[in-house]
Amino acid sequence: MTDILPFLKSIISVSGISGHETPVANLIAEKWRPLVDEVTTSRVGSLHGLKRGSGKGSALSASKSKRPSIMIATHMDAIGMMVSKVEDGFLHITDVGGIDVRVLPGAQVTVHANSGEELPGVIAMPSAKLLPDSVNAGEVLDIDYLLVDTGLMPREVQKKVRVGDLVSFANQPLELAGDVISGHTLDNRASVAALTVCLEELQSKSHVWDVWAVATVQEETSYLGAYTSAFDLRPQIAIAVDGTFAKGPGANGWQTHSMGKGVGLCMGPNMHPFIHKKLTELADKLEIPWFMDVTASHSGTDAYPMQVSAEGIPTALVEFPLRYMHTPVEMVSMKDIQRTGRLLAEFIASLQADFVEKIIWE
Amino acid sequence: MPPFGNAQLKLLEKLCNVIAISGDEGEVRKIVLEEIKPYADEVKVDAIGNVLASRSGRGKKRVRVMLDAHMDEVGFMIVADDGEGIYRFETVGGIDARHLLGKQVYVGKERTPGVIGGRPVHLMDASERVHKVPVDGLRIDLGLTGKAKVGDRGGFATKFRRVGPSILSKSIDDRIGVVTVIELLKHAPANVDVCAAFTVQEEIGLRGAKVAAQYFNPDMAIAIDSTPANDLPVHAGGENMTYNTKLGLGPAIYIADGSTLHDSRLVRFLQTVAEAEDIPYQLRQPGGGGTDSGAIQKALAGIPTVSVSVPHRYTHSPVSISRVDDWKNTLALLHAALKKITPELIAKR
Repeated sequence: MTDILPFLKSIISVSGISGHETPVANLIAEKWRPLVDEVTTSRVGSLHGLKRGSGKGSALSASKSKRPSIMIATHMDAIGMMVSKVEDGFLHITDVGGIDVRVLPGAQVTVHANSGEELPGVIAMPSAKLLPDSVNAGEVLDIDYLLVDTGLMPREVQKKVRVGDLVSFANQPLELAGDVISGHTLDNRASVAALTVCLEELQSKSHVWDVWAVATVQEETSYLGAYTSAFDLRPQIAIAVDGTFAKGPGANGWQTHSMGKGVGLCMGPNMHPFIHKKLTELADKLEIPWFMDVTASHSGTDAYPMQVSAEGIPTALVEFPLRYMHTPVEMVSMKDIQRTGRLLAEFIASLQADFVEKIIWE
Repeated sequence: MPPFGNAQLKLLEKLCNVIAISGDEGEVRKIVLEEIKPYADEVKVDAIGNVLASRSGRGKKRVRVMLDAHMDEVGFMIVADDGEGIYRFETVGGIDARHLLGKQVYVGKERTPGVIGGRPVHLMDASERVHKVPVDGLRIDLGLTGKAKVGDRGGFATKFRRVGPSILSKSIDDRIGVVTVIELLKHAPANVDVCAAFTVQEEIGLRGAKVAAQYFNPDMAIAIDSTPANDLPVHAGGENMTYNTKLGLGPAIYIADGSTLHDSRLVRFLQTVAEAEDIPYQLRQPGGGGTDSGAIQKALAGIPTVSVSVPHRYTHSPVSISRVDDWKNTLALLHAALKKITPELIAKR
């Protein structure tokens, strides 16, 4: 098994805020190219890696490919911020995706300036005296009241930065004890890493089905990538990979699962029960530790749009526990990422030509 | 003025990148001792960890001037082990808890990396999201098998960086003062006896400065620190009347703060020197806050004391910002002032 950590660190060290995924897409494409037969880019920027299967065409296939295909969707976009106003050398910001404003004061950021430069900056929390009386200045401040300070003189900032410039978290990944990595954007680049593990495993396995490894865009804002790629590729099965809540400080409810203890297999209305069942049986058979996760309605992942793409696609959701979701210090266990990749590869290898006919919603 | 360039910036970088939480200042103490030994006549580490160094001048009518900068910074102490690499902590010094969630830290002598985590926002209802997370709702997470000991100190994992005219770093308060005192000791003029006090525990009540002043018994003292610049725009527009200090306007001379009415002769003297030498300076807006001057002035039978600070934005947070030129001008002003100090300056009120 190759070590996926260096690749994961590299992809969480570049930007790729929703709608602006190109920097990370380039790195992923470079990594996938030797692992798949072709890499293409969708009309909206999602990355499609096709690894052809060994099977013959199936009459039931409606896809462009003659063989049945499975699509694995991992979103590569990240939450972030955008400059909304430049004032006296300071930048007002707004959020892109669901940012947790509580983590912003004192956070180190990179301003991707219109000038082409990447300017380091810090998010400033103004003192009470500078805020309107109506604001409870001792509590969490809304993003509207926060500013980015680049340390540059106002005239320089005015020259370099424009409204609409992106602002991303700048802290470097930290490797922690117990095979744990922490950093921003592990949601969901850790899934991209898991899918890459899957592709690596598939190098030495035969598989009948075609595999579409997909890095989707704009999951955090509108699921744009998953909607459009699922429609375009028309897979017979789609699996979304994403992080779920890990147990940890302040997180011990039923929604949370122990980090480092395995793969989450999610069931609920967004997930096809048959695919879910097959995944659980396979994990049991291979003795890959897994846990049952449930979501009573909307899963909040790419599984949600893919299920209703085209004429409807049997969809599953495979997860790993992730701590401190949507903060710059998200955390995952590398063991869980490896296991996720391995289970995906084994599932793909297990798919026979007639599997499609067996998929029944019950 | 003393040399000011890459060497001084490198020393500041080295000092800012180590962690020295109040009561655990060893890392800074080590660097200070290495730097000053060749220049001091006498160096001692006292009973609470202050580094006290003297350098005598030559000739008659020398004034004993205490130059003070504190070595400690705000941070954390591990107070309980929750298991699986998760630890409870207390803050040391005045930290706004809103600066903590989602920050990277180093813990203990081994600088074990960790992060400050809390309840994810998705698992909260709308009413919980608007409230700040108090320190007891936060944890330091060192990873599944991470180990720390109760009593270990932790600090922000921020790395020093230079950007354009600025420095972005943790603990500019008061490593910038520490380097300034080191440089003044190295280049002390002969008309004064320099009593350099690199103090401990400023952030938790000016405790080192008190005993340092009692040991030195100086004729006068200058506390050299870094003070907040609240020079951000007012959200709703209008003039910012409560900026305390502004970046780029030079050293901030104190007139009055929360604990001290600074010696008016020394305040005037520093202004006169700055004007004569054409060194930019600003008067810190009188108000709250304070420096080691609060302890020094009250020591023994009373010591004429003034305070000079390099302004910084975002005090006691993971990243503060200062201007290199403000620091340079602070060093220039203090050096020029030392040269002009005479016994007459403080002979009578």
